[in-house]
Amino acid sequence: MRVENVVKTFGETVRALDGVSLEFEPGIVYGLLGPNGAGKTTLIRVLTTLLKADSGYAEVAGVDVRADPVAARTHIGLAGQFAAVDDYLTGRENVEMVGRLYNLSAEEAKRRAGELLERIHLDDAADRTVRTYSGGMRRRLDLAASLVGRPQVLFLDEPTTGIDPQSRLDLWELIRDLIATGTTVLLTTQYLDEADQLANQIGVIDRGKLIAQGTGDGLKDRMGGSVIELHVADDERDRTLEALRAISHEASFETARKSIRLPAPDGSLTLLAVVRRLDESGITAQDVALHKPTLDDVFLTLTGRGAAEAEAERESTKQPGRRGRRERSAV
Amino acid sequence: MATATEAARPSRISPAHTIKDIAVITKRNLLRNIRLPQLLIFATVQPVMFLLLFNYVFGGAIGGAIPPIAQGEYINWLLPGLLIQVAAFGAGQTALGLTEDLSKGVIDRFRSLPMARSAVLAGRTLSDVIRNGFVIGLMVVMGFLMGFRYQTNFLSFVAGLAVAMVFSYSLSWIMATIGLAVKNPEAAQSAVFLPVFPLVFASSVFVPTQTMPAWLQTFAENQPITVTVNALRGLMLGREALIDYQPGMTANQITQAVAEAPTVEGQVLQSLGWAVAIMIVFVPLAIRVYRKTVS
Repeated sequence: MRVENVVKTFGETVRALDGVSLEFEPGIVYGLLGPNGAGKTTLIRVLTTLLKADSGYAEVAGVDVRADPVAARTHIGLAGQFAAVDDYLTGRENVEMVGRLYNLSAEEAKRRAGELLERIHLDDAADRTVRTYSGGMRRRLDLAASLVGRPQVLFLDEPTTGIDPQSRLDLWELIRDLIATGTTVLLTTQYLDEADQLANQIGVIDRGKLIAQGTGDGLKDRMGGSVIELHVADDERDRTLEALRAISHEASFETARKSIRLPAPDGSLTLLAVVRRLDESGITAQDVALHKPTLDDVFLTLTGRGAAEAEAERESTKQPGRRGRRERSAV
Repeated sequence: MATATEAARPSRISPAHTIKDIAVITKRNLLRNIRLPQLLIFATVQPVMFLLLFNYVFGGAIGGAIPPIAQGEYINWLLPGLLIQVAAFGAGQTALGLTEDLSKGVIDRFRSLPMARSAVLAGRTLSDVIRNGFVIGLMVVMGFLMGFRYQTNFLSFVAGLAVAMVFSYSLSWIMATIGLAVKNPEAAQSAVFLPVFPLVFASSVFVPTQTMPAWLQTFAENQPITVTVNALRGLMLGREALIDYQPGMTANQITQAVAEAPTVEGQVLQSLGWAVAIMIVFVPLAIRVYRKTVS
């Protein structure tokens, strides 16, 4: 997979992709992490030949997607965030249909569908229409459909957005199981833990540009691991900061969140130290919390602004149009 | 681009592959038709209801105003007309089906697959014409039960059904273009019926056009729906169905009127001409809008 300097604009003001470049080896899972509107889905649409880039070069499984989209399509599988499965077909019919469209023989499509439905634990529900499926089941089916053609490269566009936590865990396990077979995967997500769980390598995308790349641990190291966040009354702020700097000189006040934050390299041990320290100083905190780093922290560290902010900023420059509609309908 | 080396030539999809893709998409759409309750009702109950309502509500009042070849039975006059009305309404399903697939991301999936792009539109229009064929069959059976009898011969009657199918297929392409242009299913609903309603009612579907005001009559007599309905009536009832009939005409006057009436062949050719013209314009247009819409 090779992406060089890809640019895609919508209308005159929205630069959805602003010169993205990335490259990675076959067989790995690459997690593309970014807030809504960062350009993740647009990049996937370019790489899956759904959208033509304005400029730049993109290669998937060794095929130039612009010059030969038909050949590129034989090597890819796409599971989108909209779970594009057909409500009025059964699970089996859905997967078989996609298999036929991948040019498998009717027999082969049938066999593949049976095999995949078993692997995604939908064999019991395989002959019910998809209309009766839960959100998690639809995602699993969508995943099976994207794998039926044995793609070399699999694109998973926010595979767990909008589903409940339990289904999310199941889906992670399933994805891990399915991709253990050596398929190259490009996964987009808004969740750091998801990228961390599934990907070997993570790229962070913001405003249509790749702003950081590395392993999950590498990125977290750059952020110093977990973070303690606490709120105190305004007149106690300075005193609190002073007290906490004895634990970490990086303790600081975040104006955006009106909270005091400090790194917690030792996790709950640091938390205990903080609580003890506050108690000794006679300071009553309104709340104290220990966070694992989230996308928001990554953003704060990398761009100096939070993910929610980045999203809001994006929304305000966005032209009302097709993209806007799509995203709203995803909610 | 300039160097036409072997490697630089984009891959193509073979005709056999394309036909298989069209078959797969057609089958998928037909399955949806059977499983989607609204579609099934739209395809069965509604046409039958139209037939019953129009025949028994209007039949008595209109029976005397239609050419004598109908034997005074409004159903004989009505059925060929209603077949075209239902075909026109049914073609609207092409637009609705496409917008639904667009909004659900199904088209995105299709486009990421190594399948023939033309199969999405071809499969859609094909499954809709098959569905229309089913509806037409159902209405014919119902019509016969209600007393419809063709006045020509069986072959001619079947030819009439074929004309209806060809015309309905061409309308599907207009509807496909409309659906792809408006994109969302709710908007498609009204965008589809807007052109269909005036065309269906300002025609000879329900009543002879001679009673309409002159300006409307000019339009009604020359528009494709009337031409096609006339072709069907000519094929099913004979040229006698195409006369300018005034109640109280004598036998001589009627013979005279038949000689002056448009020929059945003429109406059939005109209808097929319309279908071909519509396809020449709308097949490429629909494909163009499809390409634009989805990229």
